[in-house]
Amino acid sequence: MAVTEDVTSGPINDRQQHWWSGLSLSSIPAPYWFVGVLMILLPVLVGPFMLFQVFGWALILGMIALSLMFLGGYGGMVSLVQMSVAACAAYMLAIFGDSAITQISLGWPWWIAIPIALIIATGFGTLSGALAVRTEGIYTIMITLAIASAFFYFTRQNYVLFNGFSGFNGVKPPQLFGVDWRQPIPFYYLTLFWAAVAYLSVLYVSRAPFGLALQGVRDNARRMEALGYNVTAHRIAAFVFASFIAAVAGILLVWLNGQVSPGTAGIGPAIDVLIIAVIGGLSRPVGPFIGAVIYVLLRTFALDFMVSIGLSGERFQLLVGLVFLAIVFWSPDGILGLWERWRNRMNATDKLTGEAHNKDGGSGP
Amino acid sequence: MNAIASPSTMASRLSGTGTANALELRGVSKFFGALAAMQDITLTVKPGERRAVLGSNGAGKTTLFNCITGDFLPTSGVVRMFGEDVTKFPPHDRIRRGLRRTYQISLLFGGLTVIDNVYLACRGVSRNRFSLIRPGRSDALMHSAADLIDAVHLGEVRDTLVSALSYGQQRQLEIALALAGAPRFILFDEPAAGLSPAERGDLIEILNNLPGHMGYIIIEHDMDVALRVSESVSMMHNGRIFKEGKPEEIEADPEVQELYLGGGFTHG
Repeated sequence: MAVTEDVTSGPINDRQQHWWSGLSLSSIPAPYWFVGVLMILLPVLVGPFMLFQVFGWALILGMIALSLMFLGGYGGMVSLVQMSVAACAAYMLAIFGDSAITQISLGWPWWIAIPIALIIATGFGTLSGALAVRTEGIYTIMITLAIASAFFYFTRQNYVLFNGFSGFNGVKPPQLFGVDWRQPIPFYYLTLFWAAVAYLSVLYVSRAPFGLALQGVRDNARRMEALGYNVTAHRIAAFVFASFIAAVAGILLVWLNGQVSPGTAGIGPAIDVLIIAVIGGLSRPVGPFIGAVIYVLLRTFALDFMVSIGLSGERFQLLVGLVFLAIVFWSPDGILGLWERWRNRMNATDKLTGEAHNKDGGSGP
Repeated sequence: MNAIASPSTMASRLSGTGTANALELRGVSKFFGALAAMQDITLTVKPGERRAVLGSNGAGKTTLFNCITGDFLPTSGVVRMFGEDVTKFPPHDRIRRGLRRTYQISLLFGGLTVIDNVYLACRGVSRNRFSLIRPGRSDALMHSAADLIDAVHLGEVRDTLVSALSYGQQRQLEIALALAGAPRFILFDEPAAGLSPAERGDLIEILNNLPGHMGYIIIEHDMDVALRVSESVSMMHNGRIFKEGKPEEIEADPEVQELYLGGGFTHG
């Protein structure tokens, strides 16, 4: 399993001087530079719709799927509660902050409402984790699915706090530094910044003692216990970390949509997050973002595509399903798996001549 | 390796338990339903003592280990480590008190490199297990991990994924994991199983070179290995200890020969 990032296996091997030197610019391989510059220059290349509705949404979904990837890929725990955690943060921001539902929303300033929303949502995810981590495999999935369903039905039936079926609309980001953060370009950079922070922190933590120990728990929980680790505490701590990422994404999500309703936290979206993570690949933190871009492009353009080939537009879910099926069928480890196999083939030595096909490749994903 | 356990806690532990036995089992039994895997085991091991536990398959040797480490809670009886009653402690609390074990079938972290495996072992018995800061050059644990890897002759494969190691190398890594931190007492579960004669020689050398204060119990089927690395022997049969003595006494005992060595065994 290629869970350890190529780019980051350096720090321990090279006996680096400082903990941060693994982040120095020279250690970043070329493909990372390329993608990074492309993402920063994206507003020049595409229009506001693509920027806001496609890439903004994809980055947010990527963050939620990233929190699942952290638990699943490094911790071996598949959690379906991550979307509910994000929705919980969205609801809490609407309740404590401003929305059009003035009889419920408390209207507190953003610098109080956002931290409260993050804390409550992270707490919710942590509690769910605490219930789920004593089980393994399919039972973890079932417990988190049950919690996600319970949260969905609770938000739909509770009118006092969650405003039932209609939820909250009119939730806007604050006007900070004189910028309207809901405009496509500022909002794109806002989500890009937080997605990058989430991605880099997962990458960094994966090689820190906490992340290494989590991978140890995934590979062999019993041995970790026999090395002095409290496995249960470690798993719960992983839920704290992952839930925080999902909660941050939830705040961005409610600003993107301008509203939050039970549909945000439904079973469908919860499973979509799993689909995104699986399409992209669970072995590296970049996988969920790849999966999210594919998913959002499909959701956005499948309808037009179906109509253009003469099929009914309502059947766009069919196309989404077929693409998912095709990816899982040909590459159980997602797009990342396809990429890695292709790269290995390029780098493999020729069995007859013993020469390398490609001598300079393989510096990073 | 000494840098790992903080001096103050080590000192307080040692001073309080200077005369206590490393390990003391009183009437320990383990039942799986109606099946008695282990019955009424009473066993005392002094600090620094090296003991072999022998017995045929199903005699209860590994169950004994699992009860000592806390993987299983015994059905009845008391387990004491260095004078402290640890019968109900979870495994990680016993490990943090200086107990270590290896497994009969290697339990390693296949998705991580050799150095990361040993680093995890060193980190497990130190503080900051939840640290979010990556280890750097000055990290003492990374140094002790590298030293341990050299000690078990795995220096050349330190950055190899464990799933790519040979069987013998994985067995050596098992031992390195058990030596991490400042072990006071180690349980070796058939460390020589499946090793080549040369690797067995290596193993005997590693065990005999352990510092004198590190006691251990070793389960071993290979009499050559078992008797060369131990100073006392307990024989188990059907979940009970039925004989204890020095290696040469056990080897010469006719009852032992009958039960364990298959009757016709004569030692040349």
